[in-house]
Amino acid sequence: MVFLIRVQLREDYSNLIFYLSPLVAVALTLFFGSFIFLILDLSPIESFKIFFISPISNSYGISELFVKATPLAIIALGLSYCFKNNIYNIGAEGQLTMGAIFGGGIGLLLNDSTSFFLLPTMILFGALGGAFWATIPAILKTKFNTNEILTSLMLTYVALFILDYFVVGPWKDPAGYGLPKSMPFPDAGRLPVLIDGLRVHIGVYFALIICLITYIIYNKTLFGFKLKVTGLSSKASQYAGFKYKNLIFYTFIISGACAGLAGLFEVSGPIGLLYRDISPNYGFTAIIVAFLGRLNPFGIILSSLLIALTYLGAEDAQLFLKIPSAVGFVFQGLVLFFLLGTDFLNKYKVFIK
Amino acid sequence: MQSIVEFKNIYKSYPGVIANDDVSFNIKEQSIHAILGENGAGKSTLVKILYGHVKPDSGEILINSDLAIINSPSIAKNLGINMVFQHFSLFESLTVAENLILGMNENISLSKLKDKSKTICDKYGFNLNLNSPISSLSVGQRQSVEIVRSLLNNPKILIMDEPTSVLTPDEISKLFKIIKNLVKDGLTVIFISHKLEEIINLSDYVTIMRNGKVVSTISTQNEDPETLGYKMLGYKVSKAKQVSDIDFSMDIFNIKNLSTQSKDPFTINLNTIDLNLKKGQIFGIAGVAGNGQKELMEILLNENDYEFTGDIIFKGLNINNLSTFQRKSLSISYVTEERLGHSAVPEMSLSENIFLSMNHKSEFKKGDFINFEKINSYASDVIKNFNVDTPSYNVKAGKLSGGNLQKFIIGREIMSNPELLILSQPTWGIDAGSEAFIKNTIVELSQKGVSIIIISHDLDELLEVCHLISVLYEGSLSNPLNVEDINISKLGKYMGGLFD
Repeated sequence: MVFLIRVQLREDYSNLIFYLSPLVAVALTLFFGSFIFLILDLSPIESFKIFFISPISNSYGISELFVKATPLAIIALGLSYCFKNNIYNIGAEGQLTMGAIFGGGIGLLLNDSTSFFLLPTMILFGALGGAFWATIPAILKTKFNTNEILTSLMLTYVALFILDYFVVGPWKDPAGYGLPKSMPFPDAGRLPVLIDGLRVHIGVYFALIICLITYIIYNKTLFGFKLKVTGLSSKASQYAGFKYKNLIFYTFIISGACAGLAGLFEVSGPIGLLYRDISPNYGFTAIIVAFLGRLNPFGIILSSLLIALTYLGAEDAQLFLKIPSAVGFVFQGLVLFFLLGTDFLNKYKVFIK
Repeated sequence: MQSIVEFKNIYKSYPGVIANDDVSFNIKEQSIHAILGENGAGKSTLVKILYGHVKPDSGEILINSDLAIINSPSIAKNLGINMVFQHFSLFESLTVAENLILGMNENISLSKLKDKSKTICDKYGFNLNLNSPISSLSVGQRQSVEIVRSLLNNPKILIMDEPTSVLTPDEISKLFKIIKNLVKDGLTVIFISHKLEEIINLSDYVTIMRNGKVVSTISTQNEDPETLGYKMLGYKVSKAKQVSDIDFSMDIFNIKNLSTQSKDPFTINLNTIDLNLKKGQIFGIAGVAGNGQKELMEILLNENDYEFTGDIIFKGLNINNLSTFQRKSLSISYVTEERLGHSAVPEMSLSENIFLSMNHKSEFKKGDFINFEKINSYASDVIKNFNVDTPSYNVKAGKLSGGNLQKFIIGREIMSNPELLILSQPTWGIDAGSEAFIKNTIVELSQKGVSIIIISHDLDELLEVCHLISVLYEGSLSNPLNVEDINISKLGKYMGGLFD
């Protein structure tokens, strides 16, 4: 017997379902995720408690949630500019790394500085570093029509090797027992924490401010309008007289700057120095955050909290359930898979004949 | 020779349009039979009925004098009827042979199929490598794959829907040789086209259709492009309601020596086009689709920095290098052929679609911010003044019917007080009421001194509203004919590319 699956575009798909589908995706992830625990001979309910509730049951946990959500939100907000414009910048991880190198480099070069201006300079250079790294795929795309997915992704690995070079080479801490890491940044180059004794830092404010600005840009400005039109129809965008190549540059630069900012916040905040593994794939995970948040600035804030929780849950699961922390990535993958699935079914009807 | 296909009183209507109205004619065995007509004359519907793709409302088809009820393409194939569509249905990543075997009804091994295909290719001179992937093939070769696929089913009748529209001249002459050889070997070919010369060169008989009806079925022997064109267009009566006492003296827009030298074989190169447009004049550019209309419109809009030589002059100013945005700022307005996704974004509200085209106007902006209040009131005015049937300006453009949306788009442009309005297919695919409204609006606008260029395949429309009509044929523009005393047979000749 042959099953023929036919797919047909829905004439008018629901906007309500478009915004509800992240919730459906999360519900499906929990449902199917419980099978993973069952297979591992663990009680799903207990496991979920350890995974999703116990990590945020104290002030330290909540602080850590914000520590993880902040870079995710900042990067995802930046990426939403690209994605809205149908530009697929996959290289935020590299732009984050470049931001850490540029901004962190300032902190290392001016190691004896006590100036108030050190941190703002580092922040500025962090953003510049990310933006610089994002300009490369933008130039390649506009001049040579290369695929930005490939170039931005490949540049990520280049950036990681550059960081590697610095921390084992010129910037290696002479007093670091030969470990591949730099000296710590001076105090003037550290990001202030919000609450003493906890790691949550002022990056949270930056995330919220970027969120608000993004909301205003998307809804009130000509630039936001251009992004929206271009994302929906490139021909209409030409008809309107918008220059697509400029939009490619602007969106790459904005997303790169955001990723660079997030990178600098990581190294000058929780980490305090430069070393090899500054980011647990924030730049890649932020792609999921952006889509889960429906490219809506407020949605991105919510989804960044949820995805941050999978990071924390994975750590706790490793400790208390003795299962690999990679389960966290499995959950992130499941969420993305179900989100794409619900989006597809919202847009298309499927018949089986 | 006896008739292999007999159409008897075929009738097919779609909402708002009669596609085939009492169509009856016969097709002789082993002949090349062309069906000629303007866009929308009902040619495609008729052959789709023969191929079982479309069900007629009434009427009969006889195949070899037997009544045939063709409810589906597979029934048609069993009767020996095959069709090569204008748009191909091939799998890009599969090889030629794999695509061929997918079209087979019978079970056959790949090696046997390759032998069989090889024989066909050698016999008729198809230059195909059976093992290359479709993605590496040119459009002409892809069409060859489609034809070979049809021939593998041993058809008696082969329908080809505008097969030459995607081919280069070289490929066309190759295709014609192949078709003639196929007919020698017993095939009957039904060939849809609106290119007059082609029909005379290739076909034995031609059925001319106009507005869903058969005008006549004749042998092509004693015809030339002029007489055929005349029959295709019919005795069109100009319903010009233009006021002719306007003084057309002020130059508004000039095109001088406009040419393109694109190497892309699927674009038409424009050939020293000259055009002079006065204030308040309506200038029609007629011609069958694919003769350079798309390219001309692209240059006028300047959406893609299309390369050309020559000059475009608006009110004495050379605008060759001005962007779309700058041209709009000079009060040149455009309405493109495609409504959804080009001159309007279906997913956006009507208000937002106002701003789409009016973002060059400072009154709709406060610095970098958008002034939605002003835009909304402009949208309301367009909706009111141009009878757009919609509950509010917050409705998404995609929800409007074609006619309503076109009224909205044209209204949007007109309300911005353009001095030059360039319209492409302004009434294509819309209801009769909106069509009449738009035509009247255009005429009124010209009386207020606005100059208008209309690019259209619809000659009736042009004859009705324009002062002057030129014909675009293979990238060349004929001298303009004055509609007041137009000579239809001359226009027919022009449509076939025979300019003075």
